[in-house]
Amino acid sequence: MSGMVKALRSVLQPVLLAVGLPVVILAVWWVLTAGSTSYFNPPLRTIVGVFGDTWFSSPFGESRIAVDVVPSVLRLLSGYAVALVVGVTLGVAIGSSRVLRAYAEPVLEFFRAIPPPVMVPILMLFLGIGDTMKIVVIATGCLWPILLNTVEGVRGLDPVLRDTARAYRLGRVATVRHLVLRGASPQIVTGARQALSIGIILMVISEMFAAKDGLGFSIVQFQRSFAIPEMWSGVILLGVVGVLLSLVFRAVTNAVLGWYLGYRQSQHGGA
Amino acid sequence: MSSPTSPVSTTADDVADRTGGARLAVRSLRKVYSGRGEPVEAIADLTFEIRPGELVCVVGPSGAGKTTLLRCMAGLMPATSGELVLGESAITGPPQGMAVVLQEYGRSLFPWMTVAQNVELPLKEKGVGRSRRTELVRETLAAVGLGDVAGSYPWQLSGGMQQRVAIARAVAYEPQVLLMDEPFAAVDAQTRFELEDLVRTLWKRLGITVVFVTHDIDEAIYLGERVLVLSARPTVVLEDVAVGLGAERDQLETRGDAEFARLRTHVYELVQQAKKGVRSLAEAHLTHPAAVGVEPGGASGPPRVR
Amino acid sequence: MNSAVNRISGGRTPVWALGLAGVATLLLVVEIMPRLGLVDARFLPPTSQILVALADRLGMPEFWTALGQTLTTWVTGLAISLVAGVVLGVVIGSVPALRAVTASTIEFLRPVPSVALIPVAILLYGTGMASTLLLVVYASFWQVLVQVLSGVQDVDPVASDTARSYRFSPLTRVRTVIWPTTLPYAMTGLRLAASVALILTVTGELLIGTPGIGKLLGIAQSSGAVASMYAYVVVAGLLGVAVNVLARVLESRVLFWHPSVRGEVAA
Repeated sequence: MSGMVKALRSVLQPVLLAVGLPVVILAVWWVLTAGSTSYFNPPLRTIVGVFGDTWFSSPFGESRIAVDVVPSVLRLLSGYAVALVVGVTLGVAIGSSRVLRAYAEPVLEFFRAIPPPVMVPILMLFLGIGDTMKIVVIATGCLWPILLNTVEGVRGLDPVLRDTARAYRLGRVATVRHLVLRGASPQIVTGARQALSIGIILMVISEMFAAKDGLGFSIVQFQRSFAIPEMWSGVILLGVVGVLLSLVFRAVTNAVLGWYLGYRQSQHGGA
Repeated sequence: MSSPTSPVSTTADDVADRTGGARLAVRSLRKVYSGRGEPVEAIADLTFEIRPGELVCVVGPSGAGKTTLLRCMAGLMPATSGELVLGESAITGPPQGMAVVLQEYGRSLFPWMTVAQNVELPLKEKGVGRSRRTELVRETLAAVGLGDVAGSYPWQLSGGMQQRVAIARAVAYEPQVLLMDEPFAAVDAQTRFELEDLVRTLWKRLGITVVFVTHDIDEAIYLGERVLVLSARPTVVLEDVAVGLGAERDQLETRGDAEFARLRTHVYELVQQAKKGVRSLAEAHLTHPAAVGVEPGGASGPPRVR
Repeated sequence: MNSAVNRISGGRTPVWALGLAGVATLLLVVEIMPRLGLVDARFLPPTSQILVALADRLGMPEFWTALGQTLTTWVTGLAISLVAGVVLGVVIGSVPALRAVTASTIEFLRPVPSVALIPVAILLYGTGMASTLLLVVYASFWQVLVQVLSGVQDVDPVASDTARSYRFSPLTRVRTVIWPTTLPYAMTGLRLAASVALILTVTGELLIGTPGIGKLLGIAQSSGAVASMYAYVVVAGLLGVAVNVLARVLESRVLFWHPSVRGEVAA
C-alpha cells in the first residue's frame, strides 16, 4: 500500500512541480482581472473566451491559424533553413582558412553587430514587402550567429583529429562530413539556438512593417483596431509558438549532440 | 606460425615473403621551421633505410625532432629538402599504405563515433566493401582485445583501451608501414607492457614495416630489431644500433637478459652524449664497451649481422 | 593563386592588415557596384555618398541627442535586467525548492519573443522610453538569469558543505562560496544581454517611435533619404561593435584570474 503511494508520489511530484507555479500565476491573473473593467487589461476569462473564436474559427482553411500563423511559421522556417545552409557552408570555408578568417573577421563582426531589425527598411527597398523580403530579413538576421559560431567551432577543431583525418587520407567530402561538421556541431548548435530566437523576433517585426497576413500582422491589427482581448490572445499564441519551436529545437539538438554530453562529462571528470 | 625456437633469420625471411611490408627510405632529410622570428633547424641531415617488414625504434633526447621526423614520414609536413621514399614512390602527402598511431590517444579518436565506427571510417574512405569492412573491424577489435566494446564511445574507455582502438584502426587499414609516435607515453606502466607485447605480436603476425618513435630507451630495445639513436637538434643519426635479442621477447626474461642490459647501457650513454650536444659517434665519449652488432654511421648500412 | 595564399599564410602579412584589407574590399565593392549599375543607386548609394551623409549627421546636434537617448535606454535596461537577473538568479539558484518550482515557468517564459510585447507596451506606455525599456528588460533579463542559475548550480558541493558546516550565515555563504563561482557566468550573461539589449533598444525606437537612433532611421526611411538610412545603419552597427568589444574587455578584466579567460589569452 505504502509502496503504491510512494510510486504515485514519484510520478506526481515532478508533474506538480512543473505545473504548480504556472497554475498559480494563471489563477492570480484570473482572479485579479476577474472584475476588471480596465480597457487595456481585460479579464483573463474574456481573453480565453475569444481565443478559440479568434484563431480556430471553422472551416479550418479559413481560420486565422491557417491564414496567418501557418504562413508566418513557414516564412520563419524557410529563412532559418537558408541561414543554416549558407551560414554553415561559409563558416566551414572561413573557419578552415587562417587567411580568409583574418580577412573576413572585422567585416563579419560589423555585420553581426548591426541590430537585425534595422535591415528591414533596407531590404524593403530591394525586395518590396512580399514574402521574399520577409524570408530574406529572417535569413540575414539568423545568418550571423550561425556563421560566426561555425567559424569558432571549425577553428577550435583538435589539430590531432585533423592530422588523423589527413594521415588516413580522408577526402575533402569525408573530412567535412565526418570531422569538421561533427566536431563543430556543439558550436553550430549554440549559434542555431541564438539564431532561432532572433528569427522569431524578425518573423514578427517583418510583419509589423508591412504585410497582409501573419501572426505579427494580426496582433498589430488587433491593437490598432482596439480589439484588446483578441490582441492579448495573439500575444499568448505568439508565446506558445515560441515555446513549441524551442521544444522542437531541443529535441533535434539532443538527437544530434547525444555524444557530446557524455564526452563532456568524461572530460570534466578526467580533468 | 613461428615457433619460439625459430632463429631471427627465419622470421625475417618469413616476413620478407609477405607482400605486407614496404621499404621506407629517408635520404638527406632536412627540416627548417620558418615561422615568425628566427628560423629553427629541427633536422639537419637524416639518412637511413628501413627494410620491408622491419620493426625499427627511434630514440633520442627530448626535443630531438623525433616527432618532426615522424610527421615528415607520415606526409603530414613537407620536408625542407631531402627525399622520403615509401616503396618506390616519393612521399609528398600522406601516402597510401601507411597508418599512423599518435601519442594523444584521447584526441586522435573521433568522439562522436563509436569504437567500431572509428575503426571503420578509414576503410570506408579507402573503398573497402561493406562485408569486408565489418569483418576487418570485428577481427582487429578482437585482436586487440576489444571485441566487446565495439559499440561504446572512445571516451567511455580507459586510456590504454583508447590506444588499443587507435592501434586497431591502424591495423584494420592493412598498411604496409605503421608509424607510431610515442604511442604509450601517456598510459600507465602495466598497460604499457601489455601494449608493447601487442605491438610485437601484431607485427609478427602481419609482417608489416613498423617505425616506433619513443623516448623510453628500454621500450625501444625491447621492441626493436634496430634502434636509431638521434642527436639533439638539429638532428642527425648518432648511431644505428642492431638489437640481437631474438624474435621471441618476454617482459621478464628479455629485460633480464645480459644483452638487453648491455644495449640499454650503450643507448643510455649515447642519449646522454646527445643531450650534451655530441653529433657523431667519433665525438662521443663512451665509458662502457660498445654493444655487439653495432653498425657505425647512419647511412643505410649493410644487412644486419646474423 | 594558391601559392600566393600559401605565401601569406607563411606569416608575412599580419592579421590586422588582412582585416583592414577586408574592410577596404567591402567599402570598395559598395562604392563600385552602384556606379557600374550592378545595383540600383537609389537602393544602395556608393560608399562615398553614405560617408558624406554620415559626416552630415555627425555635425547635427539632433544626432548626438538621439545617440545619447539610445545609450540611455540601453544602459538603463541593461542595468535593470542585470540587477534583477543576478538577485533572482542567486536566490532561486541557492534554494533547491524554489528552483524546482520555478524551472518550468522559466523554461516557458524564456522563449516567448520579446517583440510580442510591443503592442502591450504601446498600450501601457505609449511611445515613451518606458515602452522600449519593457522590451529591453524582458529580452536581456533571461540572458542574465539563465547564466546566473547555471553558475550557482556549478558551485562545488564540497565548498558549499564546508561553508554550511562552519555555520556561515547565508549572506557570507553567498559572498564567499556562491558568488566567486557564479561571477564568470554572470559576466557571460552580461555580455549576451548587452548585445540583445542594444538590438531591442534600436528595434523599439524603430517600431514604437521611442526617441533615439532607431527613430531617426525610421524617419529617414519614410522620407526616402536612402543615404542617411545607410548612415544610421552604419552607426547602429558600429554601436554594436563597440558594445561587443566593451563587454569582452570588461569580461577579461573582471575575470583575469579565471581559467577560461587565461586559456583564451594563451590560445
